[in-house]
Amino acid sequence: MTMAGFILIAVAAFFFPGIILRTKSIASGRKGPGLFQPLQDVAVLLKKGSVFSSTTGLIFRIAPSVTLVSAACAMMLLPFAEQKALLSFEGDFILFAYMLALGKFFTIIAALDTGSSFEGMGASREAFFSMLVEPAFFVLMATFAMFTGYTSFSVIFNHFFITGNDYVLIYSIIGAYLLAQIAMVENSRFPVDDPKTHLELTMIHEVMILDYSGFDKALIHIGTWLKFTLYGSLIYNLVVPAGWNLFLKIGLFFGVQALLAVVIGITESFRARNKMNKNPKFILTLSAIALIGFTVILILTDKLA
Amino acid sequence: MFNSVTFLVILLLTLPVFLVFRPAKYHYTLALLVAGIALTTAWSLSVLTGAEQVKEIALFTPDAGSRFVLVIDELSAFFILVINLTVLIGFLYARGYLEPYRIRMNGLRFSIHYFSYLWLWLSMLMVVTIRDGLSFLIVWEIMALSSFFLVIFDAEERSIMKTGISYLIQMHVGMFFILVAFLLVQEGTGKMSFDALGEYFAGHRNLPLFMLFFAGFAIKAGFIPLHTWLPEAHPAAPSHVSGVMSGVMIKMGIYGIVRVLISMQSDLLVTGVIILLVSLLSGVMGVMMAIVQHDLKRLLAYHSIENIGIIGIGIGIGVTGQAVGNPAMALLGYSGGLLHVLNHSLFKSLLFFNSGSVYLATHTRNMERLGGLMKRMPWTAVLFLIGSLAICGLPPFNGFISEYLIYMGMFNNLSGATLYHSIMLVGSVAALALIGGLAIFCFAKAFGIVFLGEPRTDNAAGAREVRSTMIIPQFVTVALIMLIGLGSPLVVKPVFEIVARTWNLGALPMVTGAFTVNLAQISLAGGIFIVLLTALLLYRRYHLARRSVTAGPTWGCGYTAATPKHQYTATSFAYNYNHLAKPLLQTRKEMDEIGEGEIFPHQRSFVSHSEDFFRKVLIDRPADWMATVLKKIAMMQTGQIRHYILYAFLFMLLVLLLAMLNIL
Repeated sequence: MTMAGFILIAVAAFFFPGIILRTKSIASGRKGPGLFQPLQDVAVLLKKGSVFSSTTGLIFRIAPSVTLVSAACAMMLLPFAEQKALLSFEGDFILFAYMLALGKFFTIIAALDTGSSFEGMGASREAFFSMLVEPAFFVLMATFAMFTGYTSFSVIFNHFFITGNDYVLIYSIIGAYLLAQIAMVENSRFPVDDPKTHLELTMIHEVMILDYSGFDKALIHIGTWLKFTLYGSLIYNLVVPAGWNLFLKIGLFFGVQALLAVVIGITESFRARNKMNKNPKFILTLSAIALIGFTVILILTDKLA
Repeated sequence: MFNSVTFLVILLLTLPVFLVFRPAKYHYTLALLVAGIALTTAWSLSVLTGAEQVKEIALFTPDAGSRFVLVIDELSAFFILVINLTVLIGFLYARGYLEPYRIRMNGLRFSIHYFSYLWLWLSMLMVVTIRDGLSFLIVWEIMALSSFFLVIFDAEERSIMKTGISYLIQMHVGMFFILVAFLLVQEGTGKMSFDALGEYFAGHRNLPLFMLFFAGFAIKAGFIPLHTWLPEAHPAAPSHVSGVMSGVMIKMGIYGIVRVLISMQSDLLVTGVIILLVSLLSGVMGVMMAIVQHDLKRLLAYHSIENIGIIGIGIGIGVTGQAVGNPAMALLGYSGGLLHVLNHSLFKSLLFFNSGSVYLATHTRNMERLGGLMKRMPWTAVLFLIGSLAICGLPPFNGFISEYLIYMGMFNNLSGATLYHSIMLVGSVAALALIGGLAIFCFAKAFGIVFLGEPRTDNAAGAREVRSTMIIPQFVTVALIMLIGLGSPLVVKPVFEIVARTWNLGALPMVTGAFTVNLAQISLAGGIFIVLLTALLLYRRYHLARRSVTAGPTWGCGYTAATPKHQYTATSFAYNYNHLAKPLLQTRKEMDEIGEGEIFPHQRSFVSHSEDFFRKVLIDRPADWMATVLKKIAMMQTGQIRHYILYAFLFMLLVLLLAMLNIL
């Protein structure tokens, strides 16, 4: 049963991009592509051959694989309700964050491997923004560790709703909000980045993968989906108590993932992206919110009278 | 008896380095080094395996005065292993690195270099083993002097000599603090030794003495704001020396701090907070300043400051844990700090050696002039990449393990902590996370700009891989990095034991047992990562072999005449960051703006500098001030003999007056 989380996340990942796409089409009044269009796109990519820039070398070729495998390894650390994760130990969220960082590192240096100034620009931005978002995640986890007294995903989530603390909803909300925002930043979506922008100069993530084609590009897409659902399942664990009926929980799991996708789709339909130089402020705000959450816990635990 | 005689013989055998003829000089030194390393490693292993509790080797014991006795306890044994490893690999690497210098430098220069290298190694061994205060100061001084001679090896450049002198002065400022601290101990207890510290601390306030020691040792270790020698001396030194200095010599400062901490009995909380604050400052500012550097070795030097900061955070958490009576927190903090000492010595020496290889192949350390080296120097590139991943603390490499332990020292204690305590812990967590993010930014830049893309200059384009004698020894380092990264329980368990016994924390089977399991899980995750990655890459190969794979130019957005100069540079990569960090880093740009009426802009230059704020305030400004004052005083020195007679006369008059007024 420890595979439950792993399998559910993998399944959800295949629907996630389609839901975003459908939401955006409906919101903008277009007929739009179907739910499975992203899957079909990837299937096409897998059939195609590849073109590699003659500037690139080994790093460019292995980076997509490293990124995908690092996301898969991070996935093994996530529990589903009271089912323990495949790998669960004290401080597993540290490994989770650093695993994702490993994938990010390779994406960045792969972009620099092409020798293109566009991709260098994207690499610089991506490195910069994901560096700023790092403290938010850790402060949030510190808050949970303090709230529940444990330091492992599985145990934290199992004890989340039974700490006897009436204010747990505050943490569900702050946590869900922050994780959703972190997911947006980490995956380079609104309001930090726009995946559908058509000008290289304004891109972040898209410009880094300009030179990829075929198999490697498919891996990059799958990696992105996985990363979305990773955060989606963290949010799920924060909002749904572990003790509920199993089938209800599976339903709610997909519900939460779908909701996250819809929220992303709606955000992207109705707001403009940030100006590039506003992004650092926006991302640092997330750390500030996490710190506010931490302050609240100090009050709740009577440490700060 | 055998041990002390052998060690003394090794000390004496360093002298014939000057006599041995040139072709054999390197081999003679190497043989001596290997013999000494075998001997001292055997000592430390016999202590670590528990065959002996404490090993004492008396070198020189007069009835009165300072005694040269090597006392090896577990802490010393740990540091001996760290020293020996990096020193040996550094020397093996040096053979190829020094090759170009053989043509233009005479045998004496090489003799001095090898002699200093041997003595740097021997003095470090003695620093971590000698307990007597005066003897300690003597070997501490030998360490500073020998490293000074190593730094100025390439002193045909005037700037290197200047750097060397500045290094020497700052080392002596540090030594002064340690001397004063030892004198206080002497006055308090009648003994001048680390062994007397316990007695002193029992009867006096702990904090003032600790602060004196801390100031002295922190200069060596390179804690901000006492780091100013470090980013100058490391780039100036030949690369194998930078590797050894950064990998192990600065850790002597850590050793000193730890040695004093063991004996402390009160004021622990405030000590912990001070260490933690200084370390957080060093960690964050170190990496922040590293990012804006153009000089590859200077970038690495600032990273050493960052890593010293991480080690210090671990130690600070440990002290705090002791102060609040939480042995688990103390164990995790100290162990993380000590393990990071070992880890940093591995990956930082690896990075310095490979940046040396880059320098050798391209004759420049300026990242803006490099690029595309991975195709030309594949082994160097891969080794540098492994070092980069490890220093960023990414799994499955060794840096992650020590950072994990330090993180756990903070997280584990959160729910039981008091208000101020938990604020401090969460601040440290956020700072450590930020350090991690910044390090990734920095090394993505360093590796990407130097090794990837197209070469930016002819120097880089013509680079050739360095000889294999420089590359092969480094695989030992890589093997150890992977061993610690993937087999962490094997390494962490002995570290736990060393820490628990050194600080008398008790056995703590609950914590060590739990963390052996946790680390085994991390190893498992690392193993799964490698297996999955290999499988995916093999499949990718199979997949691509069945489809058309063609080569083409990099996408240029329709513009096909891009030159390597159009690539992103180190400066442009850090532009965003620089903009945000400007208030802290004070980067300056020098350029003339293009005027309104200038239709065809003429050729112009652009220069950007980043200044070290602490260096400016603490070293440059006081030094400038003193230079101005002293220059004014120098007006008295006219060179005319009558003026000097006048001075003598005025002095006598002054003495007479003072005597008449009964002041003298």
